[in-house]
Amino acid sequence: MRKYELIFIVRTDLPEEELGKLITQMEGVVTSHGGKVEKVEKMGRRRLAYRVQHQREGIYVLFVVEGSGETVKEFERRLKVNDAVIKYLSVRVDEELKRAEKAKAWRAEQAARKPRPRPSPSETPAIEAMG
Amino acid sequence: MQGMPVPTSSSSGSSSASGPTSGGSGQGGGFSQGGGRGPDRGPRKGGSGPGGGGRKQYFRRRKVCKFCEEKIDVIDYKDVRLVSQFVSDRGKILPRRLTGTCSPHQRLLTVAIKRARNLAFIPFASGF
Repeated sequence: MRKYELIFIVRTDLPEEELGKLITQMEGVVTSHGGKVEKVEKMGRRRLAYRVQHQREGIYVLFVVEGSGETVKEFERRLKVNDAVIKYLSVRVDEELKRAEKAKAWRAEQAARKPRPRPSPSETPAIEAMG
Repeated sequence: MQGMPVPTSSSSGSSSASGPTSGGSGQGGGFSQGGGRGPDRGPRKGGSGPGGGGRKQYFRRRKVCKFCEEKIDVIDYKDVRLVSQFVSDRGKILPRRLTGTCSPHQRLLTVAIKRARNLAFIPFASGF
């Protein structure tokens, strides 16, 4: 199982209930393809940095999903078909999170080890000076 | 006796004059730390002038990686405020030599910036 962030932008002229319908539909797509919806977040209306399909604003919706590549493929296909969706991006995040965990663990280890190597620098220059 | 005050006063005078121009306020316009340091540096330099007379006029405080400082492991492309600090006002990615980002984080940052561009969080190219 992989973890993905699926984010898409919907036109602002879409009615609120239509948006709700779209979101529940997309949740259905994930669960029916062996995935698990972890989080759905309406990030709300935002001004776009550039025009997309002649739109200057858009509603951002974020899905955090656990599933396979097939799940994402079907998800993207549905978004492509839907006219209300003007842009989307799928990002796999599990490996990045794993790396972050590792970095955090490493940092904790370094912090725990910190007081120990202090005396050694005072010894090494003395040896160098002798040579 | 007389030899000492002359170089210090001249060096402090030249450094305060060059401070605003070489302070990077134009270069690092998008980078908040660079912008904030420019005006802050003038008065402090005058105070420490007599003490540190031997300082070069293009002295610059060493920059440290923001992500290492704040212990950000994952650079989130959805965090527009964070990511847009590392983009010039034309929308270009700022080089490491201006922002002080370390190379592992710069690599992550470029990916985050490109994702943010793709989602219209930040522009590909802006202005003019």
